Amino acid sequence: MARIIVVTSGKGGVGKTTTSAAIAMGLAKRGHKTVVIDFDVGLRNLDLIMGCERRVVYDFINVINGEANLNQALIRDKHCNSLFILPASQTRDKDALTLEGVEKVLEELSKDFKYIVCDSPAGIEKGAHLAMYFADDAFVVTNPEVSSVRDSDRMLGIMASKSRRAELGMEPIKEYLLLTRYDPDRVEAGEMLSLEDVQEILSLHLLGIIPESKAVLNASNSGTPVILDEKSDAGQAYADVVARYLGEKRPHRFIDSKKGFLRKLFGGK
Amino acid sequence: MSIDTEKTYEIQSVLEIKSSTFFVPVLVLYTNDLVVIEQRLLQKISQAPDFFRNSPIVFDLHELNHNNDEIDVVKLVELIRKMGLFPIGIRGGNEFQNEQANSIFIPIDNTQSIAAEIPKTSVSTSQTIVKEVVVNNAATLITQPVRSGQRIYVSGDLIILAQVSAGAEIMAEGNIHVYNTLRGRALAGVQGNTNARIFCFDLQAELISIAGDYKTSEDLKETVEKKPVQIYLQNHALIIKELV
Ligand SMILES: Nc1ncnc2c1ncn2[C@@H]1O[C@H](COP(=O)(O)OP(=O)(O)O)[C@@H](O)[C@H]1O
Ligand SMILES: [Mg+2]
Repeated sequence: MARIIVVTSGKGGVGKTTTSAAIAMGLAKRGHKTVVIDFDVGLRNLDLIMGCERRVVYDFINVINGEANLNQALIRDKHCNSLFILPASQTRDKDALTLEGVEKVLEELSKDFKYIVCDSPAGIEKGAHLAMYFADDAFVVTNPEVSSVRDSDRMLGIMASKSRRAELGMEPIKEYLLLTRYDPDRVEAGEMLSLEDVQEILSLHLLGIIPESKAVLNASNSGTPVILDEKSDAGQAYADVVARYLGEKRPHRFIDSKKGFLRKLFGGK
Repeated sequence: MSIDTEKTYEIQSVLEIKSSTFFVPVLVLYTNDLVVIEQRLLQKISQAPDFFRNSPIVFDLHELNHNNDEIDVVKLVELIRKMGLFPIGIRGGNEFQNEQANSIFIPIDNTQSIAAEIPKTSVSTSQTIVKEVVVNNAATLITQPVRSGQRIYVSGDLIILAQVSAGAEIMAEGNIHVYNTLRGRALAGVQGNTNARIFCFDLQAELISIAGDYKTSEDLKETVEKKPVQIYLQNHALIIKELV
């Protein structure tokens, strides 16, 4: 049986798609057969981040509507044999996603894959609800700012009451915090919330901190998930996240300001 | 033939009527003076605008009719709407008032007036329902965080071990205990029990209320955070006291 991971946030533009691509690649690179699904119908961009946009023939909705089978729609990643992408439709209307349809596709994928990563659209409407409904684990992507934290909290509330696990009275979805676009200098300057501030409000298990990084833009421009840029800070941070998710213990990094560190080192003020 | 069965299937999945309980504030009137009502209502709303904005409301005329104070339901409904509230029911109206209400599509609520209301069994309401464990008839225990957008309503006491987020709302006809940080809205004694109390470990609430008397975060500014407190009602004033 596959483990279904939803990457969610409530707020848009916080790094869900970046994260979905990175962790799906990370899991697959460790030999786990993984599929990443784009739930953002109408605004698809997972295929761009994964660099497979020119190979999209059929999409998630085609499969739900029975116009294509899964094997026709799944795209094998060019870097990693164990990774597949199920793209969203650019043109179709959002109502094409149905609970029954999503369930059918996830069930079929479960037979074959170890991990199913669901890249959620923003908001708390139907698309976001369907992306999280069948999840076992939730990666809650949050930026260190008040509105993002508040939206994450709201999403957590919805997962706690409107997911399949909640409705069937099963063990709740495992929730993990991913604090992304973290800029220690701006935290120190008081322009962003600190890790402690965020944790005081959300109190979630912290899976990792992803620093604000130029490597993310470079990665998306070249269509390779940032985790493959092993020298970059964001790439390493995502590799840590995958390792921690799989049970390894790794100390958290990228929390402290480099300037602050140098200041401490040289005893300056 | 196959087309026929398909049609039946479609009809079945078009709609469903389910029974559900929900929580609505009740406006109990003690005067029929519309000017005074407007003033007081404005005052109440300005103290907690977020709480009242677009809120559905039932108005209760039991006291007025008890004292033979007449009131024009059409004008009252207009006034309530002007305040940004949505009147969705009349309670305790006489025959003529009920007819008036009917004519402007306000449903008649036949439940007894609030003062005489019997406590209901434990219900939790709203779009997001929090998982709860009934400890006994009188108390409900919540062990998971109550997140923004979630609402809880219980008929007895409410005991919460996890945090209550800003944007969450917890309501109890009895006492409320929060053994953690309280950032959302907490309303105890919501059916009028003035002896109800709120206890919490760290008071950072958006609103606290006992039996309808409330304070908003504005009024709470000067109180100490990160200290266990209890809140109770004394002569219609909320008293916040540190627990030692
Ligand atoms: N750690 C990061 N550092 C810098 N930019 C980032 C980071 N994570 C995401 N971004 C940028 O933020 C924007 C939104 O990211 P995306 O993953 O598409 O968010 P979402 O899927 O939540 O809408 C993109 O332009 C992306 O390049
Ligand atoms: Mg996205």
